[in-house]
Amino acid sequence: MKTDVLVIGAGAAGMAAALSAAKNGATVALVDRDERTGGILNQCIHNGFGLHYFKEELTGPEYAERFSALLEKSQIKVLTDCHVHSVTPDKKALLVSPNGVFEVECKSIVYTAGARERPFGALMIPGDRPSGIFTAGVAQKYMNIENRLIGKRALILGSGDIGMIMARRLTLEGVEVVAVVERLPYSGGLLRNVIQCLEDYNIPLYLSSTVVEVRGKERLEEVVVAQVDKNYEPIPGTERVFKVDTLVLSVGLIPQVELLQNLVQFDRVSRGVLCSNIGQSTAEWIFAAGNCTVIYDLVDYVTMEGEKAGRYAALYAKGENFEKGIPIETGENVGVLFPRRYVSGEDLTVYLRSKRPIEKATLVVGNFERKYEDIMPSEMIRVKIPSQKLTGFDKLLVTLKEE
Amino acid sequence: MDRVVCVQCPVGCKIKFELSNGRIVKVEGNKCPRGLSYLEDELREPKRVVPTSVKVVGGNYPLVSVKTSAPIPKKYIPQLMEKLKKIKINAPVKAGDVIVKNIFDTGVDVVATRTVLENSK
Repeated sequence: MKTDVLVIGAGAAGMAAALSAAKNGATVALVDRDERTGGILNQCIHNGFGLHYFKEELTGPEYAERFSALLEKSQIKVLTDCHVHSVTPDKKALLVSPNGVFEVECKSIVYTAGARERPFGALMIPGDRPSGIFTAGVAQKYMNIENRLIGKRALILGSGDIGMIMARRLTLEGVEVVAVVERLPYSGGLLRNVIQCLEDYNIPLYLSSTVVEVRGKERLEEVVVAQVDKNYEPIPGTERVFKVDTLVLSVGLIPQVELLQNLVQFDRVSRGVLCSNIGQSTAEWIFAAGNCTVIYDLVDYVTMEGEKAGRYAALYAKGENFEKGIPIETGENVGVLFPRRYVSGEDLTVYLRSKRPIEKATLVVGNFERKYEDIMPSEMIRVKIPSQKLTGFDKLLVTLKEE
Repeated sequence: MDRVVCVQCPVGCKIKFELSNGRIVKVEGNKCPRGLSYLEDELREPKRVVPTSVKVVGGNYPLVSVKTSAPIPKKYIPQLMEKLKKIKINAPVKAGDVIVKNIFDTGVDVVATRTVLENSK
């Protein structure tokens, strides 16, 4: 099979990229290993999506259906239940589906494979290895897609948005949520979720605390929680035992990039595909967008970046070339940052997280400055910078100057 | 000044306000008008949109996700969950279909947020 643009992953970023590439005159194939398009949006049945992109508040499935309806009307070849086995530098991909193994030859790729959840094994928590321990996304899929209840009494480790949303979901479905435990001295998710998911249901949030042991023979029986010091080391004597049969982990997302391992460079901080502001990776024919580049807070921005990457991938397939751009580097107080190169001419939309909570700071990029208040690492900063503020530099430094 | 965090959207505006004799006399920090109505509700009768799901018979999913079409008083949430637990609907269901009309006389409907096709298809 031949196509101009091959889009890998049909979640929010991939659907937008495919539609945008097609709109710009390219033939497009959109591949996903799931049976349906929409990606993780399908299981995010809560509201809060779409306010920036559609100017109305939608649930995940509604947001996804807006795009799947457009895909159905388009000429885009949608290949679901189809796994990409490998991508090679000669611009070929090997695909595996129930219909067999086949090759796709393309001119450019938009890689939109999203992220994975950090698994239990990565936390190295001492104790037993019983059943009853789930990552939040898996718990969410069981409950919202497959109609399976995951337990009776649960503790949640990690106060990321998915963890808090699952705390509410479990409570509504009759599971007793005894606590949400967070290692940091502040919540890892949006403040609105602390309120509408935890405070609304009187679910306690224990900050500066973590799980130090899990116990149980077949099924989880007990979880031991302790307070941690400034270096996140458990403080002896602060242990508390919770009798629960379920532990839900919301301990971070990691960009899923294995497929491109030998083809492109990655960002050392975010561990995502390193891109310029047009979504181009270090391999000029591979573009990327969404959570495989940096972990976003809002799907709306994933859609917008997907559209941009799709457009440029289509232009590249038609024979256009783009400059590599100047580097964008992290300065004072800046943790993750996207993109990492700036191609002049375009306005620059930057996404960043502060390394720590800051009360008042000025964001400085080139000749651009903006003041911010109440900055939290859990709330991503997004700012659009006009190109005139960025001329005359050979690199751009992004800093958050504390006041 | 007192403060509430608006939960109407992920922006989560920190709304500062001042009350005098139970009336709002000063508001700042809300980036859109929804913040003001949220604040008024929060002081009088807190309301939330409730997203959950309902069983489907004969569908390509066992569940259809649903939401209240507008925020409903928080106090109704446990009753709403009890009521929805007992409901089963037949596939197909389209996103936007009304599952329960005018729930608890709030003027708010429970609507489907996903399309569920018949199993055979």
